[in-house]
Amino acid sequence: MSTVSETTHDSAVAMSAPPTSDDGLSRAELARKYGLTQSGARPSLPEYVRQLWDRRHFISAFSSAKLTAQYSQAKLGQVWQVVTPLLNALVYYLIFGLLIGTSRGVEDYVPFLVTGVFIFTFTQSSVMAGTRAISGNLGLVRALHFPRACLPISFCLMQLQQLLFSMGVLVLILLGYGQVPTWSWLLAIPALVLQFVFNTGLAMVMARLGSKTPDLAQLMPFIMRTWMYASGVMFSIDVILKEKAVPAFVHVLLDCNPAVVFIDLMRFALIDSFTSDKLPPHVWPLAVGWALVMGIAGFVYFWKAEERYGRG
Amino acid sequence: MAEQEGAVQTADTTRVPTVIADDLHIVYRVYGTGAGKGSATAALNRIIRRKPSTGVREVHAVKGVSFTAYRGESIGLIGSNGSGKSTLLKAVAGLLPAERGKVYSHGQPSLLGVNAALMNDLTGEKNVILGGLAMGMSREQVHERYQSIVDFSGINEKGDFISLPMRTYSSGMGARLRFSIAAAKDHDVLMIDEALATGDRSFQKRSEARIRELRKEAGTVFLVSHNNKSIRDTCDRVLWLEKGELLMDGPTDEVIKAYEKETGK
Repeated sequence: MSTVSETTHDSAVAMSAPPTSDDGLSRAELARKYGLTQSGARPSLPEYVRQLWDRRHFISAFSSAKLTAQYSQAKLGQVWQVVTPLLNALVYYLIFGLLIGTSRGVEDYVPFLVTGVFIFTFTQSSVMAGTRAISGNLGLVRALHFPRACLPISFCLMQLQQLLFSMGVLVLILLGYGQVPTWSWLLAIPALVLQFVFNTGLAMVMARLGSKTPDLAQLMPFIMRTWMYASGVMFSIDVILKEKAVPAFVHVLLDCNPAVVFIDLMRFALIDSFTSDKLPPHVWPLAVGWALVMGIAGFVYFWKAEERYGRG
Repeated sequence: MAEQEGAVQTADTTRVPTVIADDLHIVYRVYGTGAGKGSATAALNRIIRRKPSTGVREVHAVKGVSFTAYRGESIGLIGSNGSGKSTLLKAVAGLLPAERGKVYSHGQPSLLGVNAALMNDLTGEKNVILGGLAMGMSREQVHERYQSIVDFSGINEKGDFISLPMRTYSSGMGARLRFSIAAAKDHDVLMIDEALATGDRSFQKRSEARIRELRKEAGTVFLVSHNNKSIRDTCDRVLWLEKGELLMDGPTDEVIKAYEKETGK
């Protein structure tokens, strides 16, 4: 009864196969007979959604933990949650409002600018966080079991929480510039919900791409900046394009840009002088469409590679 | 081969497999393995000279391992450093995707360890909750077990440390809290990697007792260790891995004897 140290797997097969009625079954057949499931296999889509729902407390705990940890080394601590967006808006105001003068032809320029900056930053940081959601958390992915979609979703939730701080700042700025709260402010809520769904879908797409190609994290800032300039964050696209002969399809493309849709919806909701004639056509259907298409497609796309996350 | 089969066979014939590894291959891909300095000029230099050292390197960590583990077994994994023991465990847990081959398991095998989910900037208190949720406990379960986790870790023995950020803990205290969180959950197939029992003498005793408890509750236990004594004490079967290949699989005494002979001990 000696166990030989042969290096082939054949010896291992023979050694651990039990001489019972299971004899002669292949490993796969044995697994089926005893109802074993494949470790690390991808669950079905409904099952995946159910698992994700079971982990909802983890998702929210993880995102608020990340948010708190972010500024915990700073002396001012959580005050930075408010100060950071404020400084951001200030920098853009100095450059675009005072130096370059894009404010010409835009009423209520400061609320216009700050709304644009905050809403775009929401999408931008969600995409950036999504890109690194898997590749930056490999330790976690390789140590614990959970539906991997928890990661991009909780990073987007963290950005949403951050945006709510920014929106607080925005309300103060709006009041300071003489905007009076009206019922239309309530439209901000559906607009934010739709944008959050859109962001999460996009972040999940980026998370899958980023898990395969971590280099994307270096490239994304440039893509996002290009997108920002094309989205009329600090100038009115209509004013800029007024005197230029632009093909109609460019106009349509610019109007369909999801960032433009969400930014303009928020401006429409909060700023009195941003009237409905400045909105792109069919803006609400567009917003709902973008949210649904990106949300669902992004989720399915992410789920399709579920079993492969964590490979180096 | 026929006579060897008896080696693992125990008296009862109704043995239920809990983990089956079928010709398992694991390949790591490592980026940026360029030799020498990691500076931009060095990287540029390599590109200009067309040295192939940059880019991806593949590490074939586990090469065609097959075994079947049964309910009630305690299986030790031995082998020199870098022989693929921890990688094999992670693959069995379904955390590292297999390059080729498959792992079948009963329920969800889990690694004992929660370190990756914890955040040093958060208080111990928040980490207990976060770690519990990350391991898949419900919020109610976490709240239920919170006090016992804190008591077990003994963090609060010298004052209210649980409300301080974890980065302020000494390494021993941190290790104690991490173990306490990880050991709070019951597992179906449990995998324990190396020396988990850290900390001072009294905590070591407590954590060894807790591991024994966990082993009793779990269906099948895998233990990675370099300590042959602890393997002898706890395991009835041993897998010996070397360079990613399964060298030997059999009763503890035989395999350890061969291993000690090989390593010249």
